[in-house]
Amino acid sequence: MGMTMTQKILAAHSGLESVQAGQLILAELDLVLGNDITSPVAIKEFSKLGRDSVFDKDKITMVMDHFAPNKDIKAAEQCKMCRDFCGEKDVTHFYDVGQMGIEHALLPEKGLVTAGNVVIGADSHTCTYGALGAFSTGVGSTDMACGMAIGKAWFKVPSAIKFNLTGKLRKYVSGKDVILHIIGKIGVDGALYRSMEFTGEGLSSLTMSDRLCIANMAIEAGAKNGIFEVDDITLDYIKAHGAAEPAIYKADDDAEYDEVINIDLSEIQPTVSFPHLPENARTFDEIGDVKIDQVVIGSCTNGRLEDLQAAAEIMKGRKCAKNVRVIVIPATQQIYLDAMEQGLLKIFIESGAVVSTPTCGPCLGGYMGILAKGERAIATTNRNFVGRMGHPESEVYLASPETAAASALTGRITSPWEVMNK
Amino acid sequence: MKYTGNVIKYGDNIDTDVIIPARYLNTSDHAELASHCMEDLDKTFVSRVQNGDIITAGQNFGCGSSREHAPIAIKANGVSLVIAKSFARIFYRNSINIGLAIVECPEAVDGISEGDKVEADMDNGIIRNLTTGKEYRTAPFPEFIQKIIENNGLIQSIANGSIQ
Repeated sequence: MGMTMTQKILAAHSGLESVQAGQLILAELDLVLGNDITSPVAIKEFSKLGRDSVFDKDKITMVMDHFAPNKDIKAAEQCKMCRDFCGEKDVTHFYDVGQMGIEHALLPEKGLVTAGNVVIGADSHTCTYGALGAFSTGVGSTDMACGMAIGKAWFKVPSAIKFNLTGKLRKYVSGKDVILHIIGKIGVDGALYRSMEFTGEGLSSLTMSDRLCIANMAIEAGAKNGIFEVDDITLDYIKAHGAAEPAIYKADDDAEYDEVINIDLSEIQPTVSFPHLPENARTFDEIGDVKIDQVVIGSCTNGRLEDLQAAAEIMKGRKCAKNVRVIVIPATQQIYLDAMEQGLLKIFIESGAVVSTPTCGPCLGGYMGILAKGERAIATTNRNFVGRMGHPESEVYLASPETAAASALTGRITSPWEVMNK
Repeated sequence: MKYTGNVIKYGDNIDTDVIIPARYLNTSDHAELASHCMEDLDKTFVSRVQNGDIITAGQNFGCGSSREHAPIAIKANGVSLVIAKSFARIFYRNSINIGLAIVECPEAVDGISEGDKVEADMDNGIIRNLTTGKEYRTAPFPEFIQKIIENNGLIQSIANGSIQ
């Protein structure tokens, strides 16, 4: 029987000729990731194993991004614990303030992941690297601790849903609209325990930034992983970022899928997910007058250079609406630098937005943009659960950088088509 | 393994942000995490939960973040078992890994009300509603899962040699 992309990668990493859905396997890991929230728990667990060293100091990475630069004393203690551990174990890829960025933007940029890898990360959005043709999934701190110790993790081989993409996205529509549309269609548990595999002729029109955004939110449909078929766009990206030699796994022609869903990219419209679940996706024919207090453009989902370029194109020469706080967060130092050199930061600041150093900050209600009771934000982040960005009675609306930028100008949830077609 | 307790019941898609809000993730102290468990969803949870209580919930319990702090906060409140119609996969894995017993059984969730007294015999996969007298079947825990839970988690199981 044929295998999916995911099944082929898992077979190759567990020394098996073939695997099938439901099979339990022990796979070799190419990279184990943690952040300043999840790593402290993992470090405590690791210490109980009584091991002097990690399995491979080059295959572990810790990124101080969630509450860093340290938001308070407790956050400082957590980062210090990670820093001390990585120093003691001589971990090569430890990223602290000055080098760090939001982990899922940083790792592809630094070339730490390549096609065909198996990656676990103690962060649910670790599924992002599926955009590079890797099997990559979020786990908890205990799995991270075991992964750091033995370089292996057990998995139940997932079945898959195939997304066959055709057509080309329209102007001011991007990867975020595609994934919000998909989650709206299948629900927040529509892909529970399964892979989401993206393929089809429509791939050629999706940039790496679109793909990273789509794979990033596979978890919001409950998926174990999201993965894109590798093409020249992927290979160019991998090469440009100095990642290891890619191993390309294509699904067999007779691979079994639970379901095949066809998506015509040319039909996707600007899409917004209403509180309090990412599946509450609406297009502008179903969105009335929704006033906003805050806009956040950033995060592991949409803090890449292309996202900032898209927002800047819309905000250039225009002013943010009165009484709306607009927060732009480049996801990495490199993106910050590129945005500065391209004049994007000037555009944001002149329009009335604030530009922050890289951090996950407001996305998870940490700091740098917390909402008061009754306030509303439109954000390019990935979750709009109750209390996600602050007070339990605040609201988060998920959208693309284009839609967030358009909304920043009007002070209400606004389609980029409305602003740009004037 | 048998669990007996009174039921606290929740609905579908209970996410990890309401189980333990991220604003409290600047600590990994179990007691401190426990003190904020469910507070954005149910402010009464921490004050009314009793040692041994059982949580029941609908679809996709534990969706969202990979924070192990979520099952830790539930377990540190003395909850003995979570029964849901389905679990988000990272939460499922994390719960077993830290030694929190959890099981999927949609029929039991539909047949159990808030405050009912429930006994779950997980060696045999039988959930009894002692209040109504109804009985529900589910898959028993495999031996290795029992070992992990008995030893208070995967790490302890490996460290003490229960899991090789």
